[in-house]
Amino acid sequence: MKDDGAKGVPIEVLLVEDSPGDVRLTQEAFRDTNSTIRLQVATDGVEAMAMLTHRGVHAKSPRPDLILLDLNLPKMDGREVLAHIKEDESLKTIPTVILTTSEAEADIVKSYQLQANCYLSKPVELDAFENLVKSINDFWLTKAKLPPQNEPA
Amino acid sequence: MNPIPEEGRKYLEVLLVEDSPGDVLLTREAFRDANTATRLHVTSDGAEAIAFLHREGEHSEAPRPDIILLDLNLPKVDGREVLAHIKQDRSLKSIPTAILSISENPADITKSYQLQANCYIAKPAQWDAFLVLVNCINDFWLKRVKFPARTVASGSWGLPDLGSSKKSG
Repeated sequence: MKDDGAKGVPIEVLLVEDSPGDVRLTQEAFRDTNSTIRLQVATDGVEAMAMLTHRGVHAKSPRPDLILLDLNLPKMDGREVLAHIKEDESLKTIPTVILTTSEAEADIVKSYQLQANCYLSKPVELDAFENLVKSINDFWLTKAKLPPQNEPA
Repeated sequence: MNPIPEEGRKYLEVLLVEDSPGDVLLTREAFRDANTATRLHVTSDGAEAIAFLHREGEHSEAPRPDIILLDLNLPKVDGREVLAHIKQDRSLKSIPTAILSISENPADITKSYQLQANCYIAKPAQWDAFLVLVNCINDFWLKRVKFPARTVASGSWGLPDLGSSKKSG
């Protein structure tokens, strides 16, 4: 049928990332790749959960179609955010991609056990980072079928 | 044979659970054309897939797959049931499981994500589109994504003896 990204309907992506440099890089890479993406940013785990559960100033936060989650975050760790998402009946269907500099086996295994949808390690080189963002776009935002926003009951 | 360190893994073990011989052939050829370093194992129904994953019966030598490509509509045990089984099993749940189905029914998509499918991919009917899709799966899942090591996820899975596995893609 149609690709979700092809018809001008914005795709909501939530980036949970505390490094301002990485936020900036991700924003720019997505902007160059796919103009239908609306990237929201949470800079710590508590803010991410507030956005996902529409608490406080985040009452109007859109439900993300895809979450990009760093593991090492202030206030609430990325592993804890992941566990909360995947234990919540409503949130668990949102594909959650771990995007971290860690290549530790324990982090990879733990993330999959907590039902991360996939685990990507963040490259340090700019070109490689841009390529990775493109490949996230190519797979998750054009090829994969994301759960519909209005879930059937 | 010496254990293969994680970094030196020569190829990825892919389990395709698919009952249509035509789709199996297409997938096999597409992976071959994409020049992937994969070994494709095929089970043609859900019961056989579960036997493969638990190394039962004729599958006693089966490797632990790095990724599972699972059709939804399968004989004997349905793909949804296979998915639920995988994601409720402490040892198997960490294996990335991609749904690869002709269904674009939103209920199937949502249900699969509820059961913790790692992703949902609609299978195109045209060969060209199918090739593009397999290339994309290869580029993303087999080149970018980090997988759990075969040994760490479960004590019972040894590193595979490369000579012992049955069929290679």
